[in-house]
Amino acid sequence: MTQAVLYPILGLELAYWQETTIRVLLGLVALLLLTGGAVYLYLFKFVSFMQSRLGPMEAGPYGSMQLLAEVGKWLQKEDIFTEDSDKFIFGIAPAVVLASTFLMFVVIPAGPNAVVADLGTGIYFVLAMSSLSVIGILMAGWASANKYALMGALRAGGQLIAYELPLILAVVGVVISAGSLNLQDIVAAQSDGAIFGWTGIGNPYILTQIVGFTIFLIAVQAELTQTPFDMPIAESELVAGYQVEYTGIRFLVYFIAEFATAVAFAAVASTLFLGGWQLPGAWGISDGAMNAIGPIMISTKAVLLVGVVFWVRFSLPRFREDQLQKLAWKVLIPLALANIVVTGVMKVVF
Amino acid sequence: MNSAALIIAEVVPLVTPETTFDAPANVVFAVQAVVMIFAALRVVTTKNVVHAALWLVVVLGGVGLNYILLQAEFVAVTQFLVYLGAVIVLFLFGVMLTRAPLGVSDDLDNNQKKIGIGVGVALLAVLSYALIETFGRSELTFAAYEGVAGPNTNGRTQAVSDAIFGQYLIPFEMLSLLLLAALIGAIVLARRD
Repeated sequence: MTQAVLYPILGLELAYWQETTIRVLLGLVALLLLTGGAVYLYLFKFVSFMQSRLGPMEAGPYGSMQLLAEVGKWLQKEDIFTEDSDKFIFGIAPAVVLASTFLMFVVIPAGPNAVVADLGTGIYFVLAMSSLSVIGILMAGWASANKYALMGALRAGGQLIAYELPLILAVVGVVISAGSLNLQDIVAAQSDGAIFGWTGIGNPYILTQIVGFTIFLIAVQAELTQTPFDMPIAESELVAGYQVEYTGIRFLVYFIAEFATAVAFAAVASTLFLGGWQLPGAWGISDGAMNAIGPIMISTKAVLLVGVVFWVRFSLPRFREDQLQKLAWKVLIPLALANIVVTGVMKVVF
Repeated sequence: MNSAALIIAEVVPLVTPETTFDAPANVVFAVQAVVMIFAALRVVTTKNVVHAALWLVVVLGGVGLNYILLQAEFVAVTQFLVYLGAVIVLFLFGVMLTRAPLGVSDDLDNNQKKIGIGVGVALLAVLSYALIETFGRSELTFAAYEGVAGPNTNGRTQAVSDAIFGQYLIPFEMLSLLLLAALIGAIVLARRD
């Protein structure tokens, strides 16, 4: 374990703890940069252009410093706890949600060695960590001592549990195809694959697993509670759901967690279905160079997929609660199960 | 999940210790054990039903950490996904749907408290006796996997699936049948028409 795996990138011999520190810090920087970039690009500008307006223009050129201004504003606000709330639970609930988001990033690879921890259970770990955020949301809703918050948390609980199943089942098809849970193995399986003997672009699983990809993206939309699945925070019904009593830095944490989770799920989807950090078809580039090119590749793919999430978010109206549950249990789960059966049969036949 | 952990323990050969005292693992285990015991006591002594469920999160998370120390990565992740991501969430969900007052409730204890303590202590004694009698001072080592599988490969996940779908196939299928029966039973009981 003390072997320096960073050696190919930086040409340095590092102790295990030094290397781990560098990996965690780089991971955090990548996460915040991508999240901030996605928020500026889509939440500030993309949606503005869709609605024939300019969006923020004052802070920095084309409003590019708007996000920093917003963060500064939220940090200055008073950290309010309501009279009847359960102070401790109310206080730590945002941290639970944010921790769940950060843990998802741990195993997502951005290059042959550019990953915080290359766990054998890769994708399974991501799905397990993403499921922990529900605990934080239920804690927030209950501890707020507000009936809107409690209703929002209950809706979030029901929705996230319902859509976790299609999310996991959609991934199983990819895992069967690649024969591994490890995300690096899944990337390698795609770049080593061939389309009827043609190895030009490898075999990204979006081609064979298009059903899984579609189910995955729909389930991600619901897991992120973005419109058309935003019942937990539906402003016209529940004010702001479980976030209603939060302000200042704790609200900011929810905001960051929401968009960081969007980036995380987009990066996972790029890794599973779009070939991850690998260029289309391995170009015979050395591992050292791929550690620099890989992060750019996966960031591009992930940011484009976040764009799809926001495109849907700003295009469709909200579903009803019963329609939401029906879609998950009666359409997506049977479809995902059928996908697993077909993939399994194909895997054995070919 | 406990059965899967036992499978891991059986796959890994037990040998008498010669040199291997893994200091970091033992320190982590000690800290985690103390935290888990404290949290377990708080689950039954706290005066708020939601707090009890949240202390249970700490206990079950500690069990997951325990599996990681045993290098049973797949079982550990399953523990997090199933117990923390689903069972606890359903607990909290059910409690909040029915009755979850903030603050202290005095009616959480009932007259079976003493019997409960007795059963708990008896169970602890029996389990301690069984474990000490079976394992004594033998130590778990993971040498069997060296060379076959490094820390970042699918080796141990494969060991679990080989055991479940090979040696333990019939118990596994019986369990799924039992769960299916329970599922159908729940639907029959819950439906009014």
